[in-house]
Amino acid sequence: MAGITLENVGKTYAGDVAAVADVNLEINDGEFVVLVGPSGCGKSTLLRMVAGLETITEGRVTIGARVVNNLEPADRDIAMVFQNYALYPHMTVRQNLSYGLKNRRMPRDEITRRVDEAAGILEIGEYLDRKPRALSGGQRQRVAMGRAIVREPAAFLFDEPLSNLDAKLRVSMRGEIRSLQKRLGTTSVYVTHDQLEAMTLADRLVVLRGGRIEQIGAPIEVYRRPVSTFVAGFIGSPAMNLLPGTLQGGQLHVGGQSFAVEVAGNEKVEVGIRPEDLRPAKSGEPGLAVSLAYVEALGAQQLGHFRVDGHPLVAAFPPDQLVHDRMSLAFDRTILHLFSAETGKRLN
Amino acid sequence: MQTKRTIFRNLWLPYLLVAPQLAITLIFFLWPAGQAVWQSFLREDAFGLKTTFIGLGNYERLLDNPEYLNSLKVTAVFSISTATLAIVLALVLALAVDRMLRSARVYTTLLVWPYAVAPAIAGVLWWFIFNPTIGILPYLLDRVGYDWNHSLIKRDAMILVIIAAAWKQVSYNFLFFVAGLQAIPASMREAAAIDGAGPFKRFWSITLPLLSPTTFFLLVVNVVYTMFDTFPVIDAVTSGGPAQATNILVYKVYRDGFVGLNLGSSAAQSVILMAIVISLTVIQFRYIERRVTY
Ligand SMILES: Nc1ncnc2c1ncn2[C@@H]1O[C@H](COP(=O)(O)OP(=O)(O)OP(=O)(O)O)[C@@H](O)[C@H]1O
Ligand SMILES: [Mg+2]
Repeated sequence: MAGITLENVGKTYAGDVAAVADVNLEINDGEFVVLVGPSGCGKSTLLRMVAGLETITEGRVTIGARVVNNLEPADRDIAMVFQNYALYPHMTVRQNLSYGLKNRRMPRDEITRRVDEAAGILEIGEYLDRKPRALSGGQRQRVAMGRAIVREPAAFLFDEPLSNLDAKLRVSMRGEIRSLQKRLGTTSVYVTHDQLEAMTLADRLVVLRGGRIEQIGAPIEVYRRPVSTFVAGFIGSPAMNLLPGTLQGGQLHVGGQSFAVEVAGNEKVEVGIRPEDLRPAKSGEPGLAVSLAYVEALGAQQLGHFRVDGHPLVAAFPPDQLVHDRMSLAFDRTILHLFSAETGKRLN
Repeated sequence: MQTKRTIFRNLWLPYLLVAPQLAITLIFFLWPAGQAVWQSFLREDAFGLKTTFIGLGNYERLLDNPEYLNSLKVTAVFSISTATLAIVLALVLALAVDRMLRSARVYTTLLVWPYAVAPAIAGVLWWFIFNPTIGILPYLLDRVGYDWNHSLIKRDAMILVIIAAAWKQVSYNFLFFVAGLQAIPASMREAAAIDGAGPFKRFWSITLPLLSPTTFFLLVVNVVYTMFDTFPVIDAVTSGGPAQATNILVYKVYRDGFVGLNLGSSAAQSVILMAIVISLTVIQFRYIERRVTY
């Protein structure tokens, strides 16, 4: 068991490609941290630097009490689960699970004990003598997890382990990974570009953008107070609406309305409203005048796709709500998100 | 997987299209092969005036002939050594290239060149390098106290033809190994590294087993190559000598048939050679069906 500390960590690939820059992050013992961000933002690179599969060009990585910058992957006491599982195709499931322990010269009965225990936890006991090619995607995924568990490492590293599974299996494996991690209490770093996966798994979310940390926080905190338009657009599904507005002496003008907000300054702003915070205005209540483009019925809710002053706007309604071609949509003015139009940073 | 199908309107067009290929196979392979089988049952007198049917007589005499048995042994030593040398060298080179990123293309191109050199020229090249009077290697070997002479010493002659034959085959094997190595996902090696396997352990327990289908395929192809296609090498370098030391089966077929004009025996020898190669190919297909998909 151990925490992981990243200090000013950066990675420059050959040819001056700066994939990761200036990352500071303290991961507590037993914590589940999810690195999330769009494709190419440096999530894998960061994870692989912790694993030792990529050299660290700047900064310091500490696992437990040891600085691991110059340690081989095998000596870092971590286990990794890969996107393509990376199971050894010529070995049986049991051999796959034992391989890392044998290499570490563990006594044979201890290996058997650990493998059987992991197989029990993951319910892969009946497949132990099969080769990976004779397993389904979900079963392979479990074997890959098993290979990490048997090692009893200081930390688990996951690089998009669920992205090769179908949607339904992904949801159930997500739950299993979560409960397994809680049960074992092993520090975990998990990389994904799926914001839903990130929200549901994380104790703490780390949103990356262009190789830098944009925001760190508990999922609900990040959802409630995104620090920038980037995070606002990335976390939450459907994404937060961003409407152009103007801030002038404590008054916000947006979508034909003006009202007082507790933010000083005069500038152009982006006003963020979550789709789930919009509702049809009661008669006489001020609202945004919108025109309907189309409706998506999702069963539990329906998404109205509107336009307001030529800008797209999405609203999430209960399934029985009548949606009209022209509507007035109201929102709670106290849960507005205000971002500077210039820098994209949060203002309130 | 779906195979692509083309429907021909004209019923005869497809037959017309495969006809040249069929004709070539018939005229240059099946017909002479049939002739050889027929010939192997006949005995012809020295002037080619009279032929008699003698059944398996040619085969019986071959198997009693110490010269032929020697040739079988020579072929086995030559084939296995050449294939092993060519495969091991190619694997080492492929592993080296696999670790590089930048200069890999240049190396690959250079390493593939020998394959484009005609076997006889390759043979002459090695003949010069190893020539006891003017060659560079005997000169160097002499300095370390080895008296190289492949025109007199049987073992030297064998080593020379093995090197000359393997040299060319290395390029071919190398390409297959490079492709095979690239087909192994990087994450597999990374997983093994995290699992605590050092480079050697990784090679023996992951890379080599994953390359085993490629290796087996190459082993068969190489053995077949050494049995058939090394004729020019032998002819240019040693002509089967000294004292039959490098007289491999295919060379003996030629010597007995075209030089010695013993057509019946030569035909029987080529039938045996054909049988060996056919069985190797069958084994290979069987094995590939069973083992190759791990
Ligand atoms: N070996 C490499 N050499 C040069 N540049 C690289 C290398 N690997 C990655 N990069 C670059 O570094 C950046 C970050 O890559 P990385 O693989 O970490 O992204 P990612 O966030 O994991 O993306 P994805 O979600 O698509 O997996 C990208 O711009 C990528 O092009
Ligand atoms: Mg990635």
